[in-house]
Amino acid sequence: MTFLIAENGVQTYLPILFMFIAAMGFIVTSMLATHYLGPKRKSKIKDEAFECGIESQGNARTPFSIKYFLVAILFVLFDVEVIFMYPWAVNFKNLGVLGLIEMFMFMGFLVLGLLYIIKKGALKWE
Amino acid sequence: MSTIDIKPENKPEGLEGAGFFATSLEKVVGLARANSLWPLPFATSCCGIEFMATMASHYDLSRFGSERLSFSPRQADLLMVMGTISKKLAPVLRQVYEQMAEPKWVLSMGACASSGGIFDTYSVLQGIDRVIPVDVYIPGCPPRPEQVLDGILKIQELSKSEGLRMRNSPEYKAKLALYGIE
Repeated sequence: MTFLIAENGVQTYLPILFMFIAAMGFIVTSMLATHYLGPKRKSKIKDEAFECGIESQGNARTPFSIKYFLVAILFVLFDVEVIFMYPWAVNFKNLGVLGLIEMFMFMGFLVLGLLYIIKKGALKWE
Repeated sequence: MSTIDIKPENKPEGLEGAGFFATSLEKVVGLARANSLWPLPFATSCCGIEFMATMASHYDLSRFGSERLSFSPRQADLLMVMGTISKKLAPVLRQVYEQMAEPKWVLSMGACASSGGIFDTYSVLQGIDRVIPVDVYIPGCPPRPEQVLDGILKIQELSKSEGLRMRNSPEYKAKLALYGIE
């Protein structure tokens, strides 16, 4: 049995397209089927937010302190810095002195930023 | 070495031939529902400890398709009430039941959940069937894990035989209306 598949060109990517169609088709079909086959019941209590069976208090979309956002963003920043250091540490010998200087510059910039936010008082929680 | 007889799932009635098997959608859905019940454990006292034993390796409830416990009512099929329900907790239990998606079943485990048990006092609900409809009761104080497995198998039988239209029927609505549930 022989298959006629072009050696190169766009045709070689056809199996990927078919896989995407099959995957999307499965999701759409199963979602629609469960939607129409399954029994449903709707009431005011059913549609309420689930808070372990206790009545929910207030609105979830209330304003809260900007400090949470600042701390979260700063965490992400320094988290990324640490992640960058892993591949650098693995290739430490190959990258040599140049890599060391580059990484120290990168860290230096971030430390300057850290000093700046401490001076600005972004991490003060009072 | 002793041999263990494994009983395969009973095939529903249907048309069979070489390499194919055809049956009604209702039976297929029933089989699927029965063998993939997701329990929501509402464990308040010692029956909950027996339930832990039921889920652990020795009795292993996951053999019966109930591997995944759901702690949100949205994805649960089976509400397992295990333990004493005080009158203060009754509205909470009721709201959890009402927020479960259809189809849903309720299993009342142990004397306390089924009837209040020894706690015949002002503060204890005398059986959860005063606030929500119950499908299967398990007797015992607390029941052994074998009894819990038996109760779950009874729920499986119920879910296999109830059919596709039961949950939309006026009888079912009337049953829920008895408990004041829309």
